[in-house]
Amino acid sequence: MAQTQSQFAAQLKKYYTFYTGGFVAFVIAVGILEFAGVPNKILGYIFLAATILLYAGIGFMSKTADVSEYYVAGRRVPALFNGMATGADWMSAASFIGMAGTLYHAGYDGLAFIMGWTGGYCLVALFLAPYLRKFGQFTIPDFLGARYGGNIPRLIGVLAAILCSFTYVIAQIYGVGLITSRFTGLEFTLGVFVGLAGILVCSFLGGMKAVTWTQVAQYIILIVAYMIPVVWLSVKHTGNPIPQIAYGQQLQKVGEREKVLNDKASPDGAKEESVRQIFRDRAAAADANLKALETGGAAYLAAEKEKLVAKVTELRTTGGDAKAIEAAEKAVKDYPATPADAKKAWTAAKAANTAKAAPIKSHAEPFPAKDDKARDVAKRNFLALILCLMVGTAALPHILMRFYTTPSVREARVSVFWSLFFIFLLYFTAPALAVLVKYEVYSNLVGTSFAQLPAWVANWATVDKTLMAITDINKDGLVQLAEITIGGDLVVLATPEIAGLPYVISGLVAAGGLAAALSTADGLLLTIANALSHDVYYKIIDPNAPTTRRLVVSKSLLLVVAVLAAYVTSLKPGDILFLVGAAFSLAASAFFPALVCGVFWKRANKLGAILGMSLGLIICAYYMYLTYPFFGVNAPKWWDINPIAAGIFGIPAGFIGIIIGTLITPAPSKEVQELVDHVRYPSLEGDINTAGA
Amino acid sequence: MTGILLFIWFVVTFVASFYARELNSVVILGFPLGFYMGAQGSLVVYVLIIWYYARYMNKLDQEYGVHEGEDD
Repeated sequence: MAQTQSQFAAQLKKYYTFYTGGFVAFVIAVGILEFAGVPNKILGYIFLAATILLYAGIGFMSKTADVSEYYVAGRRVPALFNGMATGADWMSAASFIGMAGTLYHAGYDGLAFIMGWTGGYCLVALFLAPYLRKFGQFTIPDFLGARYGGNIPRLIGVLAAILCSFTYVIAQIYGVGLITSRFTGLEFTLGVFVGLAGILVCSFLGGMKAVTWTQVAQYIILIVAYMIPVVWLSVKHTGNPIPQIAYGQQLQKVGEREKVLNDKASPDGAKEESVRQIFRDRAAAADANLKALETGGAAYLAAEKEKLVAKVTELRTTGGDAKAIEAAEKAVKDYPATPADAKKAWTAAKAANTAKAAPIKSHAEPFPAKDDKARDVAKRNFLALILCLMVGTAALPHILMRFYTTPSVREARVSVFWSLFFIFLLYFTAPALAVLVKYEVYSNLVGTSFAQLPAWVANWATVDKTLMAITDINKDGLVQLAEITIGGDLVVLATPEIAGLPYVISGLVAAGGLAAALSTADGLLLTIANALSHDVYYKIIDPNAPTTRRLVVSKSLLLVVAVLAAYVTSLKPGDILFLVGAAFSLAASAFFPALVCGVFWKRANKLGAILGMSLGLIICAYYMYLTYPFFGVNAPKWWDINPIAAGIFGIPAGFIGIIIGTLITPAPSKEVQELVDHVRYPSLEGDINTAGA
Repeated sequence: MTGILLFIWFVVTFVASFYARELNSVVILGFPLGFYMGAQGSLVVYVLIIWYYARYMNKLDQEYGVHEGEDD
């Protein structure tokens, strides 16, 4: 090492200050272009191209062929920067794009994600990060392999790491595809692969080293991009530039507005009610159709279609106006062809219309529901989800791996603090963003006439009808809340436009979302490739492999995994939030018991780890398989717990497995027990050296 | 030490969420307390817990002269 650690840190600070300044200048330059009349689409291209090139550039500059640099960034990343990198690694497309939207729709119940995704760091700090760093290996399966001995725990670790990282990475690449396709007009599948190229250049050349420095850069972009529109909205509404404090009064106003809109006696409430009545009628109609289909079957379907066709002919012969004919023809064309199709379509229609007809949920009220029993179920799910997300946080390999990169145990501890601090900045703001946007919609959008809709509504409606749609249901020419459809994924991306900011800020927010998705995808892909190349190839298949070959294997695997992940993503397996939640539940069940017992219970041994990890993983996966509709089993839920929180069963299963497995076999060897002592307590004299690896 | 911090963590997370409905009747600066705890209060506590723990452990290391690496 040519320079000392503190010189290195000082140099980094200088670099990143320059970098931030350069980035601000870039945004201003694009802003000037916008004033000069450059079309929005070009601005979108400039933003996405510039940021991806930037990441690729950093990746290229940090290219490395050194094993320790490739796997753990040379173990010299200062705590502050490791915190930023972990923050970027951590905050995924779900955090950046999805979370405020979830809060917007779910109100209090969405807070499970906020608490779960931050509180888990307490577990990381108290139970894992410093101890894992002390142990000083390259990957999480490495720890399992050395602590429990033998290749079986290592292999289960690899399997579990791949399973949860892969589930998670699909959600990220999906986010990348969404952003690139929306802001550049590229096809979704093409967008996925373009984004992927950006991810690859970086991790391919320099492994963990390149990924770390890119993630720091990405963190800066994403946090700036998140803050600007919220601060702007806050100043606009309250004159207070600190949204986290200002949104209290807005929350109250939103609450009052909710009451008015839900009150059928008030004029605004009556209008809402008239729209809800229409939705209720539609739901009832769909229900009637379903019942008739059950008794009438295919014959009923054919007869109904016949009626529609007859209507078209009648309109034609009587010379009805063109619009009516067109509508009637469309009804015939869209009519479900088979009874199965019809059942699916009408069930969906019934559910959607019933949901639309419901009164507004109060934003600040926890677990709103019809009765006490439903409220209890909501509360149970809320708590279970928090637990799964927290324990999952403390068990996700790509996050724990980051704490291997610090120079010392002390730095690892401080680094957890910085990580949470940087994550906290965004999560602290998200609830404010949700409330401010809600206020804007409730006060400025509801009640305006359809002739005067703001431009952003039309802009987003042309992108995707399921994300943004306003239709005059009761034909009174005014917008009612129940007539508005806003997709959760749109809330953050559209905030700049809702706040009336120039398009350059929209581009910035898109770049921020991209940064969030890319950085997480980078970390995850690296985890998968490392687990395969280091743990499977180097440690199990060929322990004598020369360094260069290990790196070549790792890099080629990275490529294969990335392409595979992009392929699976292009099939659109759906629901980002569920995929992410599932990854957390799986990681929590498989890793957490084995890791914690590995550090704190000297007696824990090989069979215990094997039993615990596989049992946790199997129970968790099995419950998801039983209850998640995608798999089609739809078995009854256990204690009404939703499949996303399946870890609530997996985690105890994991602990029980470890305890039973351990107690029926003899205690681990003396060396292993000494190893645990070494990991637990500060370096003592005559200590074994594991740091050098 | 770890135990106390863990206890605080448990209270702000699970006890506060469990009684969120009841806590909401207290309103401070426009925020119902139950909502506030979920949205921001507990986050602040988490950050403090980790900050305190890192400081405490590092001090302990220093006291016993077993800290490693350079400090800046």
